[in-house]
Amino acid sequence: VASVTMAQALNQALRRALTDDDRVLIFGEDVGRLGGVFRITDKLQDEFGEERVFDTPLAESGIVGISVGLALGGWRPVPEIQFDGFSYPALDQVISHVAKYRFRSAGAVSLPIVIRMPCAGGVGAAEHHSESPETYYAHTAGLKVVIPSTPADAFNLLLASIRDPDPVIFLEPKSRYWAKEEADLKPNGLPIGKARVLRDGSHGTLVTWGGMVPRCIEAAEAAAEDGVELEVVDLRCLVPLDIETLIASARKTGRVVVVHEAPMTAGFGAEVVARVVEDAFEYLEAPVLRVTGYDTPYPPAKSEAHFLPSVERILLAMERVLTF
Amino acid sequence: VTDEEQTARIIDPTGAVVDRAARDALDLKDEDLRALYRSMALTRQVDLECTALQRQGELAVYPPALGQEAAQVGSAYALGEQDFIFPAYREVGVAIVRGIDLVEYTHFHRGTRHGGVDDPIGRRFAEVTIPIATHALHAVGWAMGAKKDGEPVCAIAYIGDGATSEGDFHEACNFAGVFGAPVVFFCQNNGWAISVPLAKQTAAPIWRKAEAYGFPGVRVDGNDVLAVYAATREAAERARSERIPTLIEAVTYRLGPHSTADDRSRYQPEEEIEQWRSFDPMFRFRKFLETEDAIDHAFVEQVETDARDLAAEIRAGVVGAPPREPLQMFGWVFSDLPPHLTRQRDEVAALAETEEEQA
Repeated sequence: VASVTMAQALNQALRRALTDDDRVLIFGEDVGRLGGVFRITDKLQDEFGEERVFDTPLAESGIVGISVGLALGGWRPVPEIQFDGFSYPALDQVISHVAKYRFRSAGAVSLPIVIRMPCAGGVGAAEHHSESPETYYAHTAGLKVVIPSTPADAFNLLLASIRDPDPVIFLEPKSRYWAKEEADLKPNGLPIGKARVLRDGSHGTLVTWGGMVPRCIEAAEAAAEDGVELEVVDLRCLVPLDIETLIASARKTGRVVVVHEAPMTAGFGAEVVARVVEDAFEYLEAPVLRVTGYDTPYPPAKSEAHFLPSVERILLAMERVLTF
Repeated sequence: VTDEEQTARIIDPTGAVVDRAARDALDLKDEDLRALYRSMALTRQVDLECTALQRQGELAVYPPALGQEAAQVGSAYALGEQDFIFPAYREVGVAIVRGIDLVEYTHFHRGTRHGGVDDPIGRRFAEVTIPIATHALHAVGWAMGAKKDGEPVCAIAYIGDGATSEGDFHEACNFAGVFGAPVVFFCQNNGWAISVPLAKQTAAPIWRKAEAYGFPGVRVDGNDVLAVYAATREAAERARSERIPTLIEAVTYRLGPHSTADDRSRYQPEEEIEQWRSFDPMFRFRKFLETEDAIDHAFVEQVETDARDLAAEIRAGVVGAPPREPLQMFGWVFSDLPPHLTRQRDEVAALAETEEEQA
């Protein structure tokens, strides 16, 4: 079994999708000859030609807007938005059309569009390159929101997203692009909407996704040294949310902390807390807490360590919950 | 070239032919001329009926196409059945030419459904689009795909003068030029974007904007159905066979309000409206048809009957129509029903059951 990075796994998934279905198209800024600024589309234009894999003008609303038209014509567009912070010009197309077309046509027209974008921080990037926009999408009815944290999940969830008849926002945590894993990249049928319990524990649950998954594992390992066994749940998809897995863990431990990079107020963590309170209230031993980015814009790269949830902050929150 | 010199016109406001060569070059038989007239008459009648239905509280809101019949019908008539139409929200005349079910279409304005079109892909007529200029990009995307498929077809995006201020208009034109998308941008310049006149929308003539994207821009008298037809036919053919986009500025005028919710007395000068009434597209075309002996009294009467019948059919189809079954909406969000939506649907179902029991 070979060791692969998430970037390579995503590249493999795109290659596979292009091979399996000749209606799949990949396009965006610099995805052709360059292979994308993160090389996720590396060599795909060489292999599949400029009709299938092509560079577009520098215009995000245009990239998403033509995806709607292409999908109406029976294509399966997999556009790339170059960075999270550049996804906002396309929000009108995403919210008004991508998310709503099926609803607006009373179910007659599904748009199988997968909008890929790198997201979140922790890689020392320039301003506007480290944002966590997942809540904007999760709050928009009609979009599925997927955010893998490992190479194998990235491979399988991207394939599942491209096969899905409905639009998917596929968020790729930049800090995980170079994470290696020994993985046999063969489709395993993993569907969208299934969380994964990465670590079993009985004392408390850390719920997280994307770039914060390894941080939570690290925190759980540190806690284990003190004899505290923490369960770590990687949601993998925010919409649809795997309520069953989330609630099972909350009921099991009765103590839950949610961890994400995005700012706290109205972040997706609030949704997780509300679900847990609604469905596991009688099992809870303590308030459900959040450890998140602060309610500030993303800080300059040299300060991002103060913004992103640290192992220390996660353990402090968990201690409050455990000693409540 | 001045805008006026650039403006293609075949018949003038009195119905006289001012460009005989262009008239003779038209590939329209008398029956086509009659079909154009009929569609324009239907459009006007449907428009009046919908305005009345709104006044009677049967439609939530309606955006009249009054005065724009030639622009809409002439352009739509120039298209093939396989060309994909991307309308904005004022294109009832285009819908009539394409043969869209007008009862369903009007349900959109009643507020009993979204979109207005049952089978957008099959009819090649996209759902009615309100966010300005956004569908111009859909037209370009569809056209890019059709080009990849090698289909000899084109897409047409119906936009207004206000839409040319939007970023999506620029992006759509730019993508169309770069990719050689077989698309026609059909701009009905009706002078007003709600209350804002064209002069406050752009400092440059609309048709000239095409040059910046590397494809032809043309200006046509939008109240001259024959000139509109000719311009659109040429643009569509250029798109289909040469993969060259075109921006058409059809100069027309919004004789009605922006919508039935609008009070145009606050901004639209009465003299301007009066002047444009004298350029009425219906009057002009009918004079022309009479001069050409293409219609007779019996035909005009028949069209009036057909128009009244269509209006009556729409009225019968929407008046008192109940809202759609609320449980349906949950199934329209995704192709499957994820757990959170199942839960919400069940809640609505349970509430409905309780109400029934109490009734």
